[in-house]
Amino acid sequence: MKQVIVGNLGEIPPASGKVVHIGDQEIVIFRLSTGEYRAVENRCPHKGGPLAEGIISGKFVYCPLHDWKVSLEDGKVQAPDHGCVQTYPIRLRDGMLCIEMVEQLQ
Amino acid sequence: MKKKKLLLIGNGMAGVNVIEHILKLADDRFEITIFGKEPHPNYNRILLSSVLAGEAQMQEIVLNDWEWYGERGIRLHTGIEVTQIDTDAKKVYTDAGMEADYDELIIATGSLPFMLPVPGADKEGVIAFRDIKDTETMIETAKHYRNAVVIGGGLLGLEAARGLLHLNMNVSVVHLMDTLMERQLDPTAAKMLQAELEQQGMKFLLEKQTAELLGEERVTAVQFKDGTTAPADLVVMAVGIRPNVGLAKASGIEVNRGIVVNDWMETSVPHVYAVGECAEHQGIVYGLVAPLWEQGAVLAKHLCGVETAPYKGSVVSTKLKISGVDVFSAGDFTDRPDRRAIRVHDEWTGIYKKLVIQDGKIVGSVLFGDTSDSSRVFKWVREQAELTPEIHGLFTGVGAQKETGNGGSVVASMADDELICGCNGVTKGAIVTAIKDKNLSTVDEIKGCTGASRSCGGCKPLVAQLLQHVKGEEYAADQAPEEAVCSCTTLTRDQVVQAIREQHLTHTREVMHVLGWKNEEGCSKCRPALNYYIGMVWPEEHEDERTSRFVNERMHANIQNDGTYSVVPRMYGGVSTPEELRRIADVAEKYKVRMVKLTGGQRIDLLGVKKEDLPAIWSELGMPSGYAYGKAVRTVKTCVGESFCRFGTQNSIQMGIDIEKRFERLQTPAKVKMAVSACPRNCAESGIKDLGVVGVDGGWELYVGGNGGVKLRAGDLLCKVKTSEEVLEITGAYLQYYRETGRYGERTSEWVERLGLTAIRQAVVEDREYRRELLARVDVALAQLSDPWQEVTQNERLRKTMYEEIHVSP
Ligand code: SRM
Ligand SMILES: Cc1cc2nc3c(=O)[nH]c(=O)nc-3n(C[C@H](O)[C@H](O)[C@H](O)COP(=O)(O)OP(=O)(O)OC[C@H]3O[C@@H](n4cnc5c(N)ncnc54)[C@H](O)[C@@H]3O)c2cc1C
Ligand code: SF4
Ligand code: FES
Repeated sequence: MKQVIVGNLGEIPPASGKVVHIGDQEIVIFRLSTGEYRAVENRCPHKGGPLAEGIISGKFVYCPLHDWKVSLEDGKVQAPDHGCVQTYPIRLRDGMLCIEMVEQLQ
Repeated sequence: MKKKKLLLIGNGMAGVNVIEHILKLADDRFEITIFGKEPHPNYNRILLSSVLAGEAQMQEIVLNDWEWYGERGIRLHTGIEVTQIDTDAKKVYTDAGMEADYDELIIATGSLPFMLPVPGADKEGVIAFRDIKDTETMIETAKHYRNAVVIGGGLLGLEAARGLLHLNMNVSVVHLMDTLMERQLDPTAAKMLQAELEQQGMKFLLEKQTAELLGEERVTAVQFKDGTTAPADLVVMAVGIRPNVGLAKASGIEVNRGIVVNDWMETSVPHVYAVGECAEHQGIVYGLVAPLWEQGAVLAKHLCGVETAPYKGSVVSTKLKISGVDVFSAGDFTDRPDRRAIRVHDEWTGIYKKLVIQDGKIVGSVLFGDTSDSSRVFKWVREQAELTPEIHGLFTGVGAQKETGNGGSVVASMADDELICGCNGVTKGAIVTAIKDKNLSTVDEIKGCTGASRSCGGCKPLVAQLLQHVKGEEYAADQAPEEAVCSCTTLTRDQVVQAIREQHLTHTREVMHVLGWKNEEGCSKCRPALNYYIGMVWPEEHEDERTSRFVNERMHANIQNDGTYSVVPRMYGGVSTPEELRRIADVAEKYKVRMVKLTGGQRIDLLGVKKEDLPAIWSELGMPSGYAYGKAVRTVKTCVGESFCRFGTQNSIQMGIDIEKRFERLQTPAKVKMAVSACPRNCAESGIKDLGVVGVDGGWELYVGGNGGVKLRAGDLLCKVKTSEEVLEITGAYLQYYRETGRYGERTSEWVERLGLTAIRQAVVEDREYRRELLARVDVALAQLSDPWQEVTQNERLRKTMYEEIHVSP
């Protein structure tokens, strides 16, 4: 596991996402309306839509391209569609957001 | 075989109807000649009220146009009166000196309006309400005069009064009795009607007897027996009609009140028949169209030698054709000691229903405020049905029998032989068969095929319900009036908007919370919709919620399949300059946009732009957003027009630019595309736009509800205006009316069909006061808006949070 520090709190408005490029990886950090953060891969399993631009409702995001609904808890696409996106543990450390990434993924 | 000569006197609804029937039965048996006093082909007299009320155009009410006669080889002489019939020589003579022979003669001369024989009745400005000429006189008079008095508070009088009100006249209705329409309504319903019409601005002078009409050449006032007067520049007499029998009488045909006919519509003279309002059958003369159709069908069959049951008289029902006022009555509904009545009277919603029972049988009914049951009630009255507990339940809405919902099941519960269209005698069964066999999908097609709703149009809602019922779920899903906003709630668009208004809700979360959304934060369907509705209702307070916007409207650019964006700057009216084009070219090169393309909307698209480059591109272009991504006013396409084109009648380019500048950025339920062409060749495709403007000599035509997309639809002519200012005004009112009543995502093509052109025309064209109010509201909405691209380029925070991404090294 490797921790990547991505930035401080203030930058993401509630119910919005922010794209983070880590090397050639594209991850999106969502700030839910509850204030919690979630990080997932910024690529819809359908046709690669940028999830960062979707509408966020509770713990789900709707893909901006064709409206698939993706859970930000486990990355699962909701019925009637299916598929899964990679999720990443994320935590706050000294006011900075850190994503935990598996070493080999870099 | 030599053809028999069939001659018709009276080119009106009853007579021509017989001819239509005969042509269907035996195409070539007769050589047909028609004489008509009016200089028009056969038109729908009933709809003169609608023309007066602005709900129909004069040319729309023609039933059989000139070609119809020609194509069928009918000799038509209009503007000519038959003055004499020689029943021995079987010849008729006319005022134009013509004569014609016949083998069979049909008299269908209709009625004459009854004019009160008071002094002054021959003054200028005193007319009846019977034909096109009267209607035109009223429309013309309203342009120059202010005060109208209608004498007669019956059906015809009230419809005339409503029309004159619509023409902005100050209207008083004089009536001899103390209640209106006393022959069609009981006192309770009559009072409710009066209150409703008073609210619409009509004045009433009840229990007044007209003594004299004052004035020099033209009438100026009405004087009553009690000595009072009322100012009047126009007096419409609607006190009754009498059968037009002078010609028949003079020709030795037996006449009582009307021309006396037997059960086969034969008069006292062989080979001479009578139908319609001029005929009297078993002592009864009818003044409505339903009996005419029944008589006509019998006469046609009789003449063609086809077996038919005899005509046995008709039971009639009445409907008032005043929009917003639902009145129905049938049979004998007066109270008497030997009768009982079931009454439902809801003062809260303004509904009154009465069913009159004699000896256990239903003999009459009055409905006010809600006439959705009328066809079923009419059937009970016609058949003098026994009052059963089931009927009782259906009528009162007590017990389980009364259906809930939008009334779709009213038609479901009707028997196949029940009449849907009373005017034309079309049953439910006939309509269902037509829908299925001919695969019909619109009310208009049904009208064309079966004749249902062809006359007064009162049954249109029922026909629509029946269509929906037959077409089932698939159709319902498409057209269902009561669809929930999304699966997070069961509430409909109207209920939600009403709550936003009444409870002053200004944030999507507030709406979802107060209205008990199943899903606390909504979904991708309802959130943008709520955000729109709130902004529409509270334009000044509402703070646009970016997080409730679909990506394109949040980013103000159109997302592409690979996550890049497209940039479409505004080019008002499709006009650019060399300098502007150079700038666009420079930007395109500098940022290596993947493609520069001309759009179908007469502007330029820069495709394949990276999100992070958007603010810089916008800034360097220095052009406002074209909103090619929004549920908003998009483009106004134009043709070259008068400035260049040899056919152009108007400056379409300037008109288009003016419209676009005036309404750009306006948020709408779905995108709005407009176009201005300078002649009917329509090079800017004005015919398939949400709003299309077409220049004609001396004015502009406005078309609405056109669509060139998924559901191709030609626009409907909304109105004609003279000036560019009026185009802008009506466009503004139209857009605002759409904003206020449209469902989120509903294009004007669907919206126009749902609301009906008439309602829209009334709101944005005819009701000037309402038009002004709509305009004022659209201006408030417009005042809140500014160019979003500029906003982003000037606001660093916005740029950072919305368009920048974070790059960290692993
Ligand atoms: C750029 C353009 C095509 C072009 O290269 O010419 C275009 C591109 C798109 N159209 Fe269109 N339409 C374009 C003119 C039209 C026209 C022609 C016109 O406006 O005269 C029509 C038919 C006219 C009409 O709408 O009545 C048209 C009917 C549609 C429809 C069907 C809408 C409907 O209600 O029937 C959609 C789908 C929708 O809106 O849901 C659509 C949706 C789209 C979207 C926005 C699809 C999307 O949501 O991503 C396309 C964006 C492509 C992209 O990646 O940027 N586009 N589209 C045109 C932009 C015009 C402009 O300058 O603003
Ligand atoms: C404003 C208005 C609203 C109405 N609304 C309704 C309604 O809602 N429902 C309903 O059921 N009914 C309604 N009616 C009544 C309905 O229009 C009449 O019942 C129907 O038109 C009668 O048809 P007809 O053919 O008998 O007479 P008409 O339609 O009057 O036709 C008779 C024709 O014969 C012509 N004619 C007469 N004498 C001669 C002659 N000697 N030579 C040549 N031509 C001659 C006349 O000029 C006329 O054109 C309404 C009527 C009016 C005026
Ligand atoms: S027609 Fe319009 S929506 Fe369809 S692919 Fe072309 S641009 Fe896209
Ligand atoms: S790419 Fe996400 S739904 Fe199609």
